[in-house]
Amino acid sequence: MNGLTRMKKFHQARWNEPIIYELSEPGQRGVLVPGPCCECASKEEILGTLPEHMVRKDLANLPEIAQLQLVRHYNHLSQENLGVDGNIDIGQGTCTMKYSPKVHERLAGSPKMLHMHPLQPANTAQGVLEIMYKTGELFKAISGLDVFSVQPGGGSHGVLALASVVRAYWRDKGEEEKRDEIITTLFSHPADAAVPIVKGYKVTIIQPDSEGYPDIEAFKAALSDRTAAIFFTNPEDTGIFNVRIKEFTKLAHEKGVLCCYDQANANGLLGITRTAEADFDMSFFNLHKTFSAPHGCGGPATGMVAARKELRPYMPVPLVEYCPEKGYYLDFDLPKSCGKIKSFWGVIPVVLKAYSWIMTLGADGLREVSRVAILNNNYCMKKILAIKGASMSFPNHPSRIEQVRYSWEKLKKDTGFGTADVQRCIADFGTHYWSSHEPFVIPEPFTIEPSESYSKKDIDDYCAVLEEISRMCYEEPEAVEHAPSNSTVHHIDHDYFDDPAKYSITWRSYNRKYKGYFEPK
Amino acid sequence: MKIGFLINPVAGMGGKVALKGTDGEDILRRAIELGAVPAANSRAEIALALFREAASYHYFYAPAGEMGGKLLSENGLKPEIVFDPAEKTTADDTKRAVSLMLEAGVEAIVFAGGDGTARDVCSVAGEKIPVIGIPAGVKIHSAVYAKRPKDAGMLVKNLLQGKVKRYVLAEVMDLDEDAFRNNAVRAELYGYMKVPDDREFMQDRKSGSSGSDTNETLDIAAFTVNGMIEDEIYLIGSGSTTNAIFQTLGKEGTLLGVDAVVNRELAGKDLMESEIKKLLLDHPKEKRHLVITVIGGQGHIFGRGNQQLSPDVIRMIPRENILIIANSSKMSALFGKTLIADTGDPELDEELKGYFPVITGFGKKIMAKVG
Amino acid sequence: MAAKSYPYIPNSVAEVQEEMLRFIGVGSIEDLIADIPEEVRMKEPMELPEPFEDEAGIYRHVSGIMNKNSTAEELRCFLGAGCYNRYVPAVVDEVINRSEFLTAYAGEPYEDHGRFHALFEYQSMMAELLDFDVCNVPNYDGSQACGTALRMATRITKRKEVLIPRNLNPDVLKVVETYLQPDVKITYVNYNDKTGRICLDSLKACLTDKAAAVLVMNPNFFGIIEDKAQEIADMAHKAGALMVAYVEPSTLGVLTPPSRYGADIACGDIQPLGIHMNYGGGVAGFVATSEKPEIIEEYPSRLFGIAPTSEGEWGFGDVLWERTSFANRDSAKEFVGTHSALWGIAAGVYLASMGPQGMKELGEAILQRQVCLKKVLSKIKGVKLDRFSGTSFEEIVVDFSGTGKTVKEINEKLLEKGILGGFDLGKCFPGLEGCSLLCVTEQTTAEDIKAIADALSEIIG
Repeated sequence: MNGLTRMKKFHQARWNEPIIYELSEPGQRGVLVPGPCCECASKEEILGTLPEHMVRKDLANLPEIAQLQLVRHYNHLSQENLGVDGNIDIGQGTCTMKYSPKVHERLAGSPKMLHMHPLQPANTAQGVLEIMYKTGELFKAISGLDVFSVQPGGGSHGVLALASVVRAYWRDKGEEEKRDEIITTLFSHPADAAVPIVKGYKVTIIQPDSEGYPDIEAFKAALSDRTAAIFFTNPEDTGIFNVRIKEFTKLAHEKGVLCCYDQANANGLLGITRTAEADFDMSFFNLHKTFSAPHGCGGPATGMVAARKELRPYMPVPLVEYCPEKGYYLDFDLPKSCGKIKSFWGVIPVVLKAYSWIMTLGADGLREVSRVAILNNNYCMKKILAIKGASMSFPNHPSRIEQVRYSWEKLKKDTGFGTADVQRCIADFGTHYWSSHEPFVIPEPFTIEPSESYSKKDIDDYCAVLEEISRMCYEEPEAVEHAPSNSTVHHIDHDYFDDPAKYSITWRSYNRKYKGYFEPK
Repeated sequence: MKIGFLINPVAGMGGKVALKGTDGEDILRRAIELGAVPAANSRAEIALALFREAASYHYFYAPAGEMGGKLLSENGLKPEIVFDPAEKTTADDTKRAVSLMLEAGVEAIVFAGGDGTARDVCSVAGEKIPVIGIPAGVKIHSAVYAKRPKDAGMLVKNLLQGKVKRYVLAEVMDLDEDAFRNNAVRAELYGYMKVPDDREFMQDRKSGSSGSDTNETLDIAAFTVNGMIEDEIYLIGSGSTTNAIFQTLGKEGTLLGVDAVVNRELAGKDLMESEIKKLLLDHPKEKRHLVITVIGGQGHIFGRGNQQLSPDVIRMIPRENILIIANSSKMSALFGKTLIADTGDPELDEELKGYFPVITGFGKKIMAKVG
Repeated sequence: MAAKSYPYIPNSVAEVQEEMLRFIGVGSIEDLIADIPEEVRMKEPMELPEPFEDEAGIYRHVSGIMNKNSTAEELRCFLGAGCYNRYVPAVVDEVINRSEFLTAYAGEPYEDHGRFHALFEYQSMMAELLDFDVCNVPNYDGSQACGTALRMATRITKRKEVLIPRNLNPDVLKVVETYLQPDVKITYVNYNDKTGRICLDSLKACLTDKAAAVLVMNPNFFGIIEDKAQEIADMAHKAGALMVAYVEPSTLGVLTPPSRYGADIACGDIQPLGIHMNYGGGVAGFVATSEKPEIIEEYPSRLFGIAPTSEGEWGFGDVLWERTSFANRDSAKEFVGTHSALWGIAAGVYLASMGPQGMKELGEAILQRQVCLKKVLSKIKGVKLDRFSGTSFEEIVVDFSGTGKTVKEINEKLLEKGILGGFDLGKCFPGLEGCSLLCVTEQTTAEDIKAIADALSEIIG
């Protein structure tokens, strides 16, 4: 059986798993809790210390379930997901789905990580502080910049951190009111536009020119002395590297504007080009993308921020520092700091995993990561462009870095099936597929990012699947209409998500609205 | 569902014989003399093929014969006949059909025709119920039409299957056919109709939604109003996006006319060119502003809206005070195209070339090229 | 060309690269990026340390560094202040280390059905604990949840000011202050220096019809129960403001949930619900409310809902997806990104394993140990436990100001004896110099309590 045949015979785990409340049986217990530590006081005396009206009189309505039944339930739910560990996850473009080495899980699962309280005195936390500090040192080399922060909890949070630093910088220069605009591009990550608005900025978006690069003339027209900063993702989500990036930073710096680099798409750049060489003042990296920490269904994550030393005073507080007298310590002395954006110091286990990954690969290894990401992407691109109905955004610009935004425009024209239909179908082959970030300007888009974790065979198999789905659209439309049929559940009725009379965000809300199976009460 | 269905049998007959449209009896006669055959019917048939199966349990309302009843009956979808038109159909027949369908309680109207047909349907239906246009006319300017008959058919099918959740307002353009015949495109915004949003099936689950057009329009309006400076005059051009400004202000402006706002109060309504000039002269040049939106499928900022915004008027306003506002969906549809300033004065058009920021959301602008 | 084979990079094998390059039709990988200009290229390789390429090597290196830590498990931990040494049942770790949960991301509710299902259950259990109808997919942490809750209140009421008590967790406060900039005004409400609770007179003086919300932390940072919370909610409502309650969810097996004393929005951190402390990395936030449409509209986070499928199964998806990033009429909504989903799943497993009885017993166990600690410490000369008269739950304020020793000195000495002392309140609160915030959890043993008492007796002398 070849790869495609195997994948076509795929059937996902389908447990028809009940909601945990349906498994609840009175009296069952999952774990037991310690009793009193001694007999020094009676239960009445203890409860008597609380103001009567603040005591909960009822028991919280939680499920009652014994341990095996609990484990079995969650194992079933777990099987109803396709993580990187379970599929050729190159279809989730821009997410950089790569292998998260298991040795990192072992390290992050050590009691030396798990049981550290964030407020412990620094002399009991030298290990974890050293990891944080040394990871920062690694990123200084990777970005070419001087100071770092591990505080942000994700990519969008990284943008928030940078936007906050920008605001603090201009406040210090006395131009906070005047500098109220930020410039970004259409194909940068949507957070580059959305997040600064939360920080009170007006955002101007630059569209691409006919070659797919941000239009530099538009940029010149947008740039003014009201501009506080520019936020650019490079390469952009199309996979195109903006070769004129230094012209942009030069123009921005001429007006005193800060340059922020969104390096969510760094997987193809390691060792090749950096924040510093492109003349940016700040950047952030997604440790849960390029740097291998697992995605966890949507976090926890980290958006590691790096900046030039002139911006140190404005960084989120605290910074991790080192000196021979004190060892590693948290420095809170930043009176001009932009503030604090996260509880405590950051998502340290994620930092640990990124540290371990970089220290396993080294400079040569990181360079090889990017080289192979580029190779994989271009190999995959050639295969996909040979598929009937598929085309590439900006076809006149053939060169791409680590991902490509494609289009099923022709497929849609010929068969009436488009990207949303392919997405439904592909679940039957045991893998994922994602379209695009908004705005959806590329018609019927899909974005494929074959990171360095995937073998040639993996890429061949995935492209064979896309080719097969294309064939089905042209030759077996009924099959496409009814997909997915081998996934965890069948077609979900979307009517139940937008109408207040119908939607239920919790089980108790469901039970108030319905009896049995969606029978309105 | 109750669906209205109508075909404009004379739409599209000019094209094949190079007559560009069939507004008016004379032209129509000429077209027939030249051997033109009704094309609208075949276009409608293409669309019908796609939704025929889905249509089985729904109720159709149509005028008899060539205006739709015949095609439906031939395809097993026996409709309720709303009236029986004479052999030579006219614009009045279209309007009458729509009127009767609305009375019968249809929830949507599917029609095949061109710009003229859309305008006639719009004059009666307005934004009351959703419509789907099957393109059958010559080069169509109205956005209420799907790209091709097949696409229209798919939209109708989705509608019948209850899959349409979102609607957007689409422009109806009034095309001056005489001018068109003389190779000049003169179209003006006539109004809007509600059409299904065919982008709705894509979602970016990682980064959140940009929201529906309606909400976005209100955001754009709110942001624009927030930016209005005390004691300065703002002319508001035609269009649904600009009209939303009045919703935000709690005042009533005109959808198709030019209104003026000073200090968030209505300073002039549906103004003529002379009235506009007079009002502008009350304010020093740097305190005059013009708020316009992008109209039409080619992205016109001037030339499809108001004649009152003459070159003289436009020259009275500093270039940096011309504020363009538009939905991001509009700008996405124009992706890769430059916006057009067709003021009637080529010198002015040349001056207006270059980049303008277009407000597309709260705090959000996109740099667009006017070329 | 790679001279070696990397386990994480299958296509680093030279022959495979050659084959792929031939297929593409170029001579080298460099050809594929020829258009990246020289001016942005790195001239030297990255200056990174020598790697540990073999797995045993990296393991030894990293665990060697981590071994320099002394953990709360090895020491006797009396530190709380927003992060709690909760016992995490093994089943929780088992579930969140399942590789499908660990490595999934943004798939559809078909092929990634399990994670939607698990998070829906988390939302459901949190809702029961909080006695609200809606709970969101987790935020980054409690601080962001608090900031979000306050911003939601500003959008719901269309007002731009919030009232925040000075007895809020200082770390949360710092994040909230940053989060509310530049457009939301913060007015601070004082706490009563005798009771440690919010001063109602101060609140009355600050509360106007410009307030969008009044925030109450309950128990507050001093560990004291805000027993006048209902009155505060009434005052807020009278002024047209919402009451937002920041609560520690593991207390709610014994303490009344905030929805029952007038809170419109509940928020907090779910770390104490079975998430390892991870040096502050094990945090995730929650926001919970009623189902009123005008409130749900304002959630910036994802909300998973349940729906039928064509074959009678449970299906899931995003509720009111449109709402997630569109702006309010005069300020932008917040944003959605990658937050802390896996910790949400962990908390769900924890709550299910504890069940109703377990959460009650947990609260009782904690309360009993606090009472016990107080009893034992009260016998030590110089130690005062009455700095605040309010009732404590899991944390107590211990006043060492009469001992002649600072909290810093005492904590250093305690550490020598293998004890992690409490949070030095004097660092953040004027008037509380010499006061330490000590915390107990269900893991605190009688020996721990005896040990700290003996140590303090010795230190104080």
